[in-house]
Amino acid sequence: MTALPPFQAVLDEHREDVYRFLVALAGRQEADDCFQETLMSAIRAYPKLDPAADGRAWLFTIARRKAVDSHRARGRRAIPVDSVPEATAPSNGTGPDPELWGLVRALPPKQRAAVALRFVADLSHAEVGAALDCSEEAARRNLHEGIARLREEWVR
Amino acid sequence: MSPRDALTTALSRREDLAAEAEAAARRFAESGAADVTYAVEPSPLGELFVATTRRGLLEIGFHADEVPDYLDAIAARVSPRILEAPGRLDAARRQLDDYFAGRRESFDLPLDWSLARQGFGRRVLDATARIPFGGALTYTEVASKAGNPRAVRAAGSALGANPIPIVVPCHRVLRTGGALGGYGGGLERKRWLLEHEGVLES
Repeated sequence: MTALPPFQAVLDEHREDVYRFLVALAGRQEADDCFQETLMSAIRAYPKLDPAADGRAWLFTIARRKAVDSHRARGRRAIPVDSVPEATAPSNGTGPDPELWGLVRALPPKQRAAVALRFVADLSHAEVGAALDCSEEAARRNLHEGIARLREEWVR
Repeated sequence: MSPRDALTTALSRREDLAAEAEAAARRFAESGAADVTYAVEPSPLGELFVATTRRGLLEIGFHADEVPDYLDAIAARVSPRILEAPGRLDAARRQLDDYFAGRRESFDLPLDWSLARQGFGRRVLDATARIPFGGALTYTEVASKAGNPRAVRAAGSALGANPIPIVVPCHRVLRTGGALGGYGGGLERKRWLLEHEGVLES
């Protein structure tokens, strides 16, 4: 019988990618709260996780939901997504492009999450599907549509 | 470069968030969400693995290089909700420090017996827990106090499986005649503890 590894091992392995994913989706300001809420939900549910399941996709499913919640809450507070200050975004051109990620955050939820899961967290299409609660095919479609839209809107 | 390449390249650009993620993960660990928290603590006997639950001190391990094994066993037998959180272990760490520094002779910590044996094995540990600082019993005496003076070998085995050494002072159990007997942490550590407590001359 396979057993679940200690939660600390899951956290060590994925924490940086999850954190980066949340910064990309929710912005610096919200990322830390989203991260704490993600881990709280994850550790509560953890003992019931199937040891054979993809722990990475499972964790990103939770992170994605927390980012959606945070996005909704932000919307209710009527703060335009693209005006969330990115105080620490590097300006030397090697880090993420704040304008581009502003556009990503304005995409429909599934497209937004698919783009971030694929490019920030390096999830496979199958894992993106798992994290979005949809098929691999639907994940590809969301990713494709999101990229197509960004290509139209992004001006370099 | 095609527009597609420029876009996907830009999307793939990473920020180094390792330090932020580590700090955020540590804050989470210290928030008390885990069933089991642990730390690795320096001591005169080498680094100690120390783990606790909400009920009390769960385990002390002498083999800090085998932390993954300790954690796997705890995940299987107690809970997989395990996090490293030294701040949650302050009371145990402080009392251990005081003991090693000679400022404390007995521990005042709630204990979680989840990793201990049941029945006779547990009664052996209970009897052992009552041996005071500076004292010692023989394996036969401990077996007798646990209710079966003939089960000397079983008593030795139960002491060898003690999940909370030092605090449950199995080092205070010796062979009849004064030989050290055995110790899970190795006889050097047993000797050190008995010298520290004045039972053996250093």
